[in-house]
Amino acid sequence: MKQLFSKYLKDKDIQQIIGKQLRIGVVLSSIIVFIGGVIYLIRHGHEQPNYSTFTGVREGLNHLTGIWQGVLENKGMNIIQLGVVLLIATPIFRIAFSVIAFLLEKDYLYVCLTLIVLGIISYSMLGGLAG
Amino acid sequence: MTILSFTLILLLGAFLAGLLGSLTGLGGGVVIIPLLTLIFHADIRYAIGTALIASIATSSGSASAYVKEGITNIRLGMFLEIATTTGAVAGALLAVFMPTHIVAIIFGCVLIFSALTSFKKKQDHSTESGNSKLAERLRLNSSYPTPTGIVNYKVHHVVGGYFMMLFAGVMSGLLGIGSGALKVLAMDNIMRIPFKVSTTTSNFMIGVTAAASAVVYLQRGYVSPGLCMPVVLGVLAGAFAGSKILTRANVKWLRIVFSLVISFLAIQMIYNGITHKL
Repeated sequence: MKQLFSKYLKDKDIQQIIGKQLRIGVVLSSIIVFIGGVIYLIRHGHEQPNYSTFTGVREGLNHLTGIWQGVLENKGMNIIQLGVVLLIATPIFRIAFSVIAFLLEKDYLYVCLTLIVLGIISYSMLGGLAG
Repeated sequence: MTILSFTLILLLGAFLAGLLGSLTGLGGGVVIIPLLTLIFHADIRYAIGTALIASIATSSGSASAYVKEGITNIRLGMFLEIATTTGAVAGALLAVFMPTHIVAIIFGCVLIFSALTSFKKKQDHSTESGNSKLAERLRLNSSYPTPTGIVNYKVHHVVGGYFMMLFAGVMSGLLGIGSGALKVLAMDNIMRIPFKVSTTTSNFMIGVTAAASAVVYLQRGYVSPGLCMPVVLGVLAGAFAGSKILTRANVKWLRIVFSLVISFLAIQMIYNGITHKL
C-alpha cells in the first residue's frame, strides 16, 4: 500500500512538471510571435496580402539557419517564425522530458516506447521528407 | 485590403473560432481551414500549415491544465503516439501526391463526421473488469480522480485502438487538423476508456501528432508567418477566454449552433472541392 502511494505521488510530480513545461512553451512562443507581429505590421501593414496563389514562404523562412539569420537582422516575419518553431518544439521537448522521467521511474519499457516516438519525429524532421 | 486590416479581421475570426471551439469541446482548429480558404481565399496548403500550428498551440495550452489535474493517462498517450506520429508522417508524405481539391473533399467529410459525433449521446463503456494481457503488460490500466474519489479503469482492445489511432494520425498529417473526434472515438468506443480520460488524453496527443507533420510542412513552405501570427494569437486568446466562461454558459445550444455552422462549412468545402475551386 505504501509503495502504491509513493508511486502515485511520483507520477503526480512528473505530471506537474510536464504541465508547467507545456505552459512555459506556449506563453513564451506567443510573446515572441506577438513581438514579431508588431514589427511585421509596422513595416508591411500597408502592403497587400497575397495568399490566394501558393508559392511557398519566401526563402529563409523554411529552415532553422535561415530563420535565425533573419532574427539577427530584426526581420518581423523571421521573429514570428522563431515563435512558431518554438511552439512546434514544445510538445517535442515534452517527449524528450518524458524519456528522463521514465528513466527516473526505472520504467524501461516506456523509456523505449518514448524513444521510438522521438525517433519518428527526428526522422520526420531530418529525413528530407519535404521533397 | 491592406495587411493590417487583413490581420485584424483574421485575428477576430481566430478568436471566435478558439472561443467556440473551447466552449463546445470541438476544438478551434476545425474551423481555421474553412475560415482561411472560404472567407479569406487563401490557398488550402497555407491553410493546412496554419491550422497545424494552431492545433499545437491549443493542445499544449489546455493539456498543461489537464495534465496537472492527473486525469490524463500519460502511458496510454505515449504508447498511442507511436501510432499517431507514424500516421502523421505518412499523411504529410501523402499530401504531396494528393490534388488539393481531393484534400478539400476529404476534409469536408471529416468535418461533418466531427459535427455528427458531437450530437450523438455519449455512452460510457468503461469498466473496472477486463483482462487484456497487452494492456497489462504495457501498464495502460490506470485510475483518475473524481469528486467522489479515485476511479479505476481497464483498457480494452489495444490493437484495435492502435490501428484507429494510426488512421487518425494519417488524417491529421494530410489535413492539418488535430483529428480529436477520431481519437476520442478510438478511445471511447474501442478501448472503452472513461470520457474524461479519453478527451484529455486525446488532447495531450494532438500536439505531438501535429508537431510530427508540422516539421515537414515547415520545410515545404506551407507555414506562413503572416497567417500564423493572427491565427495562433487569436485561437489561444479565444480558448483561454472560453475556459474562463465555460462554467457559466449554456453549452448545449451553443454546441448545436456550432455543429450546424461546421456542417455548413463542410458542405461548402466539399462543393468547392468537386467544382475544383479549392
